[in-house]
Amino acid sequence: MAELSLAGDGSADPRPFPPGDYPVVVVGSGAGAIQVSYSLRRRGVDHAVVSADPSPGGMFRRWPFFQRLLSWTKPFAPVERDSPAYERYDWNSLLGDAPGERAIMPDLMDGSSYFPSRPEMERNIATFAERTGTQVRYDCRWTATRREDRPDGAQFVLETTDGEYRARSLVFAVGVAEPYSPATPGIELAAHYADTRPAETYAGRRIFIMGKQNSGFELATGLLPWARRIILCSPSPAKLSVNTKSLVGVRARYVQPFEDHVLGGGVSVLDASIGGIVRGAAGSDSPIVVTVRPSDGSDDMAIEVDEVISATGFVTPLQDLPALGVSTFGQARLPAQTPYWESATVPGIYFAGTIGQGSAGLKKHGLPANSGAVHGARYNARVLAGHIARDHGPADPAPERRLLPATGLVDVVLEELATTPELWHQRAYLAKVVSLDPAVGPRDEGVVPLAAFVDAVGDDGDGDALAVTLEADGSGAIYPVLYLRRGGKVEERAVEPDALLRFDTPAARVQIAGILSEAGIG
Amino acid sequence: MATRDEIVDQIAGFALFADLTTPQLERIAHMFEEEVFPDGARVLRQGLSGSAFYVILDGEAEVVIDGTQRATLARGDFFGEVSILLGEAPGADIVASRPLRTLVLAGPAVKSVLLDNPPLMYRMLQAQARRLRNANRWRS
Repeated sequence: MAELSLAGDGSADPRPFPPGDYPVVVVGSGAGAIQVSYSLRRRGVDHAVVSADPSPGGMFRRWPFFQRLLSWTKPFAPVERDSPAYERYDWNSLLGDAPGERAIMPDLMDGSSYFPSRPEMERNIATFAERTGTQVRYDCRWTATRREDRPDGAQFVLETTDGEYRARSLVFAVGVAEPYSPATPGIELAAHYADTRPAETYAGRRIFIMGKQNSGFELATGLLPWARRIILCSPSPAKLSVNTKSLVGVRARYVQPFEDHVLGGGVSVLDASIGGIVRGAAGSDSPIVVTVRPSDGSDDMAIEVDEVISATGFVTPLQDLPALGVSTFGQARLPAQTPYWESATVPGIYFAGTIGQGSAGLKKHGLPANSGAVHGARYNARVLAGHIARDHGPADPAPERRLLPATGLVDVVLEELATTPELWHQRAYLAKVVSLDPAVGPRDEGVVPLAAFVDAVGDDGDGDALAVTLEADGSGAIYPVLYLRRGGKVEERAVEPDALLRFDTPAARVQIAGILSEAGIG
Repeated sequence: MATRDEIVDQIAGFALFADLTTPQLERIAHMFEEEVFPDGARVLRQGLSGSAFYVILDGEAEVVIDGTQRATLARGDFFGEVSILLGEAPGADIVASRPLRTLVLAGPAVKSVLLDNPPLMYRMLQAQARRLRNANRWRS
């Protein structure tokens, strides 16, 4: 049981979730944590939420630096706002089940852009938390973690500034938010993206930006009206999302510095490794000299600049979790995860929010899921809550498992393609699954990670089943794919793409009916 | 978890990358991503399209065709290139038989990396030739 907690002056602390025992503890108060807490509550899972921050919003309390998001919300869309289908056009609202809890973002935007501003996004998350009654114990910092063995099994102890929490499952939604800079000689002379000053303070300066991903190009875009010279540099060529026809690469909004570069306007985009950063000679007008080695093998260059900014990304603030056995990978030190966002090495520790991108899924055609952004992570959080509810929730944690008409599967598939936004936002990552047990008949198993479905380790079981996804292959097309799992083997069958992205056409119906008929179902 | 510099040091010792200069290795290390798989996880799935090219940094994996184990892959080995070069789904499952740490390159990026790095392409061709020779010996 939770303890009664006291505030600093000895009075009863009005904050929720005092230290104590809970089935599940969620850490964080950004979009990921708020969504997973809401979804856990809808599933009837008792849990606590603690956060070091004083208010909801997570990274959006501070970033993006230039105050405008990359993810859009279209106030005017082809479908009604108060419908799940609208989520396809609204990448930023969290997912509520009741009217008033849905599509909060468009009501908060001032109409100047379909990319919400940072304050609008922060308000969006706070409004969702307020309207849904999602509670968080703010100003409660997670400080350490340990495992305790008990006669009835192991549990985790989460040490915080307010005291200890004990739980069998922990969900960390703490963002990928710790600044990372490489061990380049002289890196101490560079500021990190996170420490960028107001743009006007760079007026007339020569800026060297390490890194050519979105954060580097975001800085360059914001500094175009101010800086005298901008150099963006990393060893491999910049990818542009308009070329990859996906979210891989620099987003279209930040391409302007690239155009400036190719038109000779004063921005340079270099493919080179950075050998070192040193102070300029005493008395010279160049405080900093950066040595770079071009990737094409040409001669090293010494570039004189006023400032260096490291836009080399962030790492996951996992604190002592690696010492507990949580394995990590990649430059972002993401935890290795199962398809259900559970640590691959420490069962019972889960991740939500942007950290969920460590569960890569099939990553077909090299295209990642959108788990690093709200429009992907919000669905992961809902699926994760359902998964956790199997261990910690009431007896029937899967209310969507309704029986379906045995002869109407084509209509079911068409309906899911039209109305299930998970399929649009988490392409080839989340799938709508229908189980095909002959003794029961077709049954809706809800949304399942595709990797779990094809490996038969999902919450839908390992029996015969049909999974429906939307997918892309980098050609610009988006198309449905049906996965048929029979006798333990999985076949995939793609449906022809439609230039207007309509999957309720007679041609699509005929194709889907043919696939199901060939498989002896539908 | 390894930094880019550590990855450059590691792959410099692999036969596949042996002929590349340091700048080329650094560029390659930026194009690949690191991915890890727990023991028992499937990395490639027989018959499912859209797969990638992998180089093993640490660990071991089994090559499994129609449920039968055919070979074991270890540090420095690579897989996934045949299905990418042929534009077909993989003909085998690749299953981690110990915790596996890999570098992964998206399928659509493989062609340009090979064309931009002829020594790497030559080494890959050599490896394929060895595999073909061994397969022919096994058949005879």
